Amino acid sequence: MGRSGFRRRSGFFWAAVFVALSVPALAATTDAGKYQVILGDCEGCHGKDLAGGVVLETPFGRMVAPNITPDKETGIGNYTAQEFNLAMKRGVAPGGKRLYPAMPYPYYAHMPDSDVSAMWDYLRTVKPVKNRVNVNQLRFPFNLRVLMRGWNALFFRPQPIADASKSAEWNRGSYLVNGPGHCGACHAPKNAFGADKRALTGTSLQGWFAPDLTSEHHAGLGSWSRVDMVEYLETGRNAHSLASGPMAEAVENSTSRMTMADLDAMAVYLKDVPPSKGNGGGASGIDAQMKAGARAYELSCVACHGRDGKGSALFPPLAGNAAVRQVRADTVVRTVLAGAKAVATPKAPTGPGMPSFGWRLTDEQVANILTYVRNNWGNQAPAISPETVKRIRSELHSSS
Amino acid sequence: MARVLPKRDAVIIGLGWTGSILAQQLTDAGLNVVALERGPWRDTATDFNIAYMQDELRYAIRKDLFLKPSVEAMTMRNNAGQTALPMRDYGSFLPGDGVGGAGVHWNGQTWRFWDSDFSIKTHLTQRYGAAKIRGLQLQDWGVTWDEIEHSFDQYEYICGTSGKAGNIKGQIQPGGNPFESPRSRDYPNPPLRMPYASTLFAEKMRELGHHPFPLPSSNLSRAYVNPLGIRMGECTFCGFCERFACGNYSKASAQTTILPVLMKKPNFELRTDSEVLKVNLTPDGKMARSVTFLDAQGVEYEQPADVVAVCAYALMNVRMMLLSKIGTQYDPVTGKGTVGRNYCYQTSAGARLMFDDKHFNPFIGAGALGQTIDDFQGDGFDHSKLDFVGGAGISCTVSNGRPISNRPTVPGSPRWGAKWKQATVDGYQNSMGFGSQGSSYPVRENYLDLDPTYTDRHGRPLLRITFDFPDNDVRMSHYMSEQLEKLTKPFNAKYTAVARLQKGWNSVPYQSTHNTGGAIMGTDPTTSAVNKYLQSWDVPNVFVVGASAFAHNAGMNPTGTVGALAYWAAEAITTKYIKSPGALVPA
Repeated sequence: MGRSGFRRRSGFFWAAVFVALSVPALAATTDAGKYQVILGDCEGCHGKDLAGGVVLETPFGRMVAPNITPDKETGIGNYTAQEFNLAMKRGVAPGGKRLYPAMPYPYYAHMPDSDVSAMWDYLRTVKPVKNRVNVNQLRFPFNLRVLMRGWNALFFRPQPIADASKSAEWNRGSYLVNGPGHCGACHAPKNAFGADKRALTGTSLQGWFAPDLTSEHHAGLGSWSRVDMVEYLETGRNAHSLASGPMAEAVENSTSRMTMADLDAMAVYLKDVPPSKGNGGGASGIDAQMKAGARAYELSCVACHGRDGKGSALFPPLAGNAAVRQVRADTVVRTVLAGAKAVATPKAPTGPGMPSFGWRLTDEQVANILTYVRNNWGNQAPAISPETVKRIRSELHSSS
Repeated sequence: MARVLPKRDAVIIGLGWTGSILAQQLTDAGLNVVALERGPWRDTATDFNIAYMQDELRYAIRKDLFLKPSVEAMTMRNNAGQTALPMRDYGSFLPGDGVGGAGVHWNGQTWRFWDSDFSIKTHLTQRYGAAKIRGLQLQDWGVTWDEIEHSFDQYEYICGTSGKAGNIKGQIQPGGNPFESPRSRDYPNPPLRMPYASTLFAEKMRELGHHPFPLPSSNLSRAYVNPLGIRMGECTFCGFCERFACGNYSKASAQTTILPVLMKKPNFELRTDSEVLKVNLTPDGKMARSVTFLDAQGVEYEQPADVVAVCAYALMNVRMMLLSKIGTQYDPVTGKGTVGRNYCYQTSAGARLMFDDKHFNPFIGAGALGQTIDDFQGDGFDHSKLDFVGGAGISCTVSNGRPISNRPTVPGSPRWGAKWKQATVDGYQNSMGFGSQGSSYPVRENYLDLDPTYTDRHGRPLLRITFDFPDNDVRMSHYMSEQLEKLTKPFNAKYTAVARLQKGWNSVPYQSTHNTGGAIMGTDPTTSAVNKYLQSWDVPNVFVVGASAFAHNAGMNPTGTVGALAYWAAEAITTKYIKSPGALVPA
């Protein structure tokens, strides 16, 4: 009984190898297409099996990512290659149905048709999953797709992202960041209509603050070297920071699976993004908060993050960590209140967690600790008020 | 009618230390593995939250992380003439519960049993003659030191054990334990920094001509990345270790060393809140075909598998074998049968010293923090003129200064009121202790079987423990108490007390969770339940992994040897059994 079980396994294994070797052409196309799915981080919204269901909370209501497996009834099994291309690059689904830009077609519009076509070839090979998704759960009037015609007319104007005066690496990086990687979908501030502004200066979304990615030194990534950036994107961690929240998913599903050449190109480009205006600088008149914060930090934070704020090989530093110095405090406050789980990648599999302190620290204590952390060890950032902590606490309660 | 699940290559019962090690190694070898864990999922940040882990009342006194007797109790008696009664509260020992098992709340002492332990009968007979061990059921383990040394090394590097080698490939290393068996290389991390009490102990022991060394600890002395790429933190000496889980990623456990990698594997599945009732055998009883388990809703499932690895706590492994009729029940009258044989425990004594003018700062503590002498360990000293065999490690550890359980007072102090409070204040900074953790050798009368009267919530008989300290071990322990008397002299303490072991094991006060034996490994299927690879002699696709396999217990904490045996068994499955399923050792 035992014997036959193991025999079957190895037989299957060799059959799989044989099949893979015998059809190199198809394998190459689907591999290329799979890589496009990684670059575009499709799994981030459409799920590991691409069958949809991930909920996006937007200021206009709730959207649920659709099923993009080849299931004919509930997925995109009835699409043609041309229809897929239009959806990807113009935001128009079969029948002229307008997509919302939660599907980042303004970014995918930069993709060459050959890459979109490779993606399509791959998507046709994934396992069809029957999963009907109610995508549009937006509030009136935003639930009217026809509005998107006007939105597109106003805001869907793909700008050139190439620059002939820059290196090939820079241009590849720019393409990845502003094209399929759609970094701005989270990291760019939005206008009142939800359209991304062109700068990666950071913004709040879904209860987190997607940080400033410019070369600014306090809130941005000015102090990160090219190697630091590559390490972060590949493993989810580096000497400055540790990915958690939505970025943990982006690293796990997308950047940790990219080629080193592509990560390096992104780093080259990001190092060259002009600095933002920063976070408004350090706080003043906060002596009382700093004093109380230092005391509370000593009691609750020192064991892991260190008296010097430098963290350890396991726990991220707070000194020099851009995530704690953003202009808005959403990420740091929610991390202290609710905890956070760091990303786990093949090269950094630990995925340590920050425990929740919300139950034992008052709004005032959290505000004091974070104001202290944001203005100590060379950090400079605006103070955090107990009212801000209170607001974020109540948002966390209502979302959970 | 049980719902039958798709067949797996291997099913693992229990996801503690041994289950996690086997799951990791078997999935690495490409097997499709499911683990069934009776207790809940537990992970560091969510369940061992550093913001409340130091709740002594909840964890140390109310025993939040431990197995509840309502889930599984045991009965105990001192000898076969008595009627065993159920332990309605775990006291003498505290089995773990949930993912990580007892490896969540252990202290982290990571010892290697000695080469002479694995061949104890041969060794003692050669040195002293067969008459010396008459009356003891000592037997060789079947595996030799040279075979298993690399498995110890593998476990220590997974744990990030902090220590100082005493013997590398036969070369004695200054500062380490000169009595240990030769190791292939040093520990992965240097020893922890020592608190004052342990430092003082080491000084005095050195003056007496003994050989103190920092005890091997899986509380990490520095940040570490283990061979799986998993990062661990540096121990902060918080003093909430034993009975607690580590919120700081600095005590080795399945959670901090293996699970982050294991849980992501596509060929691994964990089912928590899933209690295995029994292993189902083929009609001829020669092979296991599946296990039956209940989920949290009480729904019954059958999980077929080619290999069954029984990886629960030592005592529960034995019960699982008895309930599943794997092997035959040991009979203390005839000495026949193997399952339940050679149950052993631990034989300890201690010394407490109190001073007037010290500042021991006991709140600077860790689970496995201290200095040990092995000058009276195992057969590291000559027993030819002594009336016993075996020995003890003598350690000065500083585990905690917790407010509820650590309030030493000079005897004669009031037990309550203002004067008691003052006495605890005086005692807190002025008290230190050291203790002997002694071997426990098997005798015919100590054994495990199924209780004839008491059953669990599913109607299955409870495990019955029949145990008392054997005379040999009592003599050993009294000898150790005499040594402790001598060792306390140079401290010139104001007050000294040395305990002496009494015959008549009492299951109420906490003593040690080091229960061993009952499904022991060996060379002879008539005197051991599993072979040298921890494979059942009777049902060769069942492996029974844990301290249940110890043929005797040494004067050391068992987890290091448990971890090594798990790697050893996993290696046998992945390199031998898969290629040629069947008995790995001819019976």
